Amino acid sequence: MTDKELETAAGNGLINRRHLLGLGLAGMGAAVANSALAADASMRLEIPAWSKTPGPGVSDYGGRSSYAGQFQRMSGAPNPTYPGGGASRSPLQHLQGTITPNGLHFERHHAGVPDIDPSQHKLVINGLVRQPLVFSYEDLLKYPMVSKIYFLECSGNSGALWGANGADAPDGTAQSIHGLVSCAEWTGIPLSTLLDESGVEPEARWIAAVGADAASMGRSIPLDRAMDDVLVALYQNGEPVRPEQGYPMRLLVPGCEGNISVKWLTQVKLTREPSHFRDETSKYTDTQPDRLSRQFTFPMGTKSLITTPSGQMTLNRPGLYQITGIAWSGRGSIRRVEVSADGGQTWADALLDDQHSHKALARFRIPWRWSGGSAILQSRATDSQGNIQPTRTGLINEVGLLGRYHFHGIQSWGVNSAGEVRNVFA
Amino acid sequence: MSLPNKLIAILVTLAVSQTGFVLVSQAQSVGLGTPISESQLTDFDQIAGPDGSGLPAGSGTALQGQAVFETQCAVCHALGGEGSSAATVLVGGDMHSEGTPLRTVGSYWPYASTLFDYIRRAMPATAPKSLSDVEVYQVTAYVLYLNGIIDQYKLLNSDSLTEIDMPNKDGFIDFSQTQ
Ligand code: HEC
Repeated sequence: MTDKELETAAGNGLINRRHLLGLGLAGMGAAVANSALAADASMRLEIPAWSKTPGPGVSDYGGRSSYAGQFQRMSGAPNPTYPGGGASRSPLQHLQGTITPNGLHFERHHAGVPDIDPSQHKLVINGLVRQPLVFSYEDLLKYPMVSKIYFLECSGNSGALWGANGADAPDGTAQSIHGLVSCAEWTGIPLSTLLDESGVEPEARWIAAVGADAASMGRSIPLDRAMDDVLVALYQNGEPVRPEQGYPMRLLVPGCEGNISVKWLTQVKLTREPSHFRDETSKYTDTQPDRLSRQFTFPMGTKSLITTPSGQMTLNRPGLYQITGIAWSGRGSIRRVEVSADGGQTWADALLDDQHSHKALARFRIPWRWSGGSAILQSRATDSQGNIQPTRTGLINEVGLLGRYHFHGIQSWGVNSAGEVRNVFA
Repeated sequence: MSLPNKLIAILVTLAVSQTGFVLVSQAQSVGLGTPISESQLTDFDQIAGPDGSGLPAGSGTALQGQAVFETQCAVCHALGGEGSSAATVLVGGDMHSEGTPLRTVGSYWPYASTLFDYIRRAMPATAPKSLSDVEVYQVTAYVLYLNGIIDQYKLLNSDSLTEIDMPNKDGFIDFSQTQ
């Protein structure tokens, strides 16, 4: 198959996604070989040293290849006036598939990571219940559990793209701009099971969830949501939840802003009204242009971004590339991702690895032939409710620039003729 | 009750007990929670709501709170509450100013109970929960005083705290039921 036989799907080099399937893959390889690589007659392959000596044996807990150490979370410098506070971001451009390894899951702490002895930890259910109850960690391990794959995203993720106060597009990476999203398989007890055991009084409308960290982080959640798909999660990707993710237990509120998935969960109180904690009044509220502020804006918007090629990468020669990225929605699963290479003038459907990613990350791919000229790469997600990811300008026109949270507009990566990829506002 | 009605009633009861969620959830519930009474939780449950629920006994004024603030808070929040970083500004702002408004306790927060609740659970950041309830009332009063919301003599307690009108109390819309 020659380069010419690859079917174009949209402007500026996007190629039909079917070429990623079966036959098409061979076609791509052939095309690359034909177009770009010259044979190197001096190359001779030999058996490498590691094939001649036995390596170390088994280990108690596996680590990463020492050559893969560049994949790390990224965080700011510690702030002495904010002990333990801050965030770290997942290296999205180095990850594949949809599951974030536990050591690379993003973090956001308000007073650091508590060192909790599970035998001393308590989970209390009180307030408007027939019988207040206290659960130990050991008790909870005996309950029937469910395992589900869910993304978590901080509502402050991608906030630099608001460009508030006329700021220019920041020169960042997928990690530095969007790294406050991760995805894991969470195993835990439906919160409804424990609430039923306490017996919810009819006048209860909200729960207040409180963590056991030094900030005793608290959030209010409507009872109908709390009784729906919320988990008390004890396991993350098969092992006990990591300390920085809430060990020994956290709330997991699928699809919603990460802050309400209260970590180190120690109290669930049933109330008539929301408790109006500081982190649902002062913070995590969205001011509209009319100066009224939206409170309890929970579901995360329909969103996607291209992770390769992405900010600060360089394409080293014209030819065929696989564009890939992630998409998610707090309101359902991802049904469609389209990709544009000409700044949104024409779009081609990307291939989705999985159509059933309910409130989880979905991975998309599409082949692209870079001509060596300039390009603006974008992706646009549609979820199972029909919500379509807005452009950055569309989002700003809709909600204004006074909010600080819930940015989910289209990401634009500009490619120049030197192959340098940069975040741009387009 | 006529016979057919009785029959229907029995059938309905059967259907509910076989498929109804009450029975199913009882069957699923392992029932390992240990009963506890609210009186055993008074030190543990620190949630103070706008309706005054959870506000402890005690009281204090801004005049008394000044010393607490200057020794325990000013190192990060500055003597007048101007802050030492964007995250630590406690005073000023106006939601109706031009451009992006500065959102602080004074300009943004809808309820004074939140201030008591947050200081008691999370501040001072280096030693959360180290203040007595009386000190929390005092320093809460001082932060409100720095914002011009109360005078230095106003005595804050579980009643008077809930009666304070915050400037932006009508500034929020509940989006919790917007899917
Ligand atoms: C070591 C530094 C430090 C000290 C001491 C400290 N704070 Fe703070 N304070 C912070 C930081 C940092 C934040 C922001 C925390 C966050 O965003 O999670 C904060 C936030 C606050 C807020 C919320 C501000 C807002 O607009 O959301 C209040 C109110 C507050 N502090 C009051 C106090 C009081 C009262 C004291 C003294 C009893 C105190 N702080 C002592 C660092 C400090």
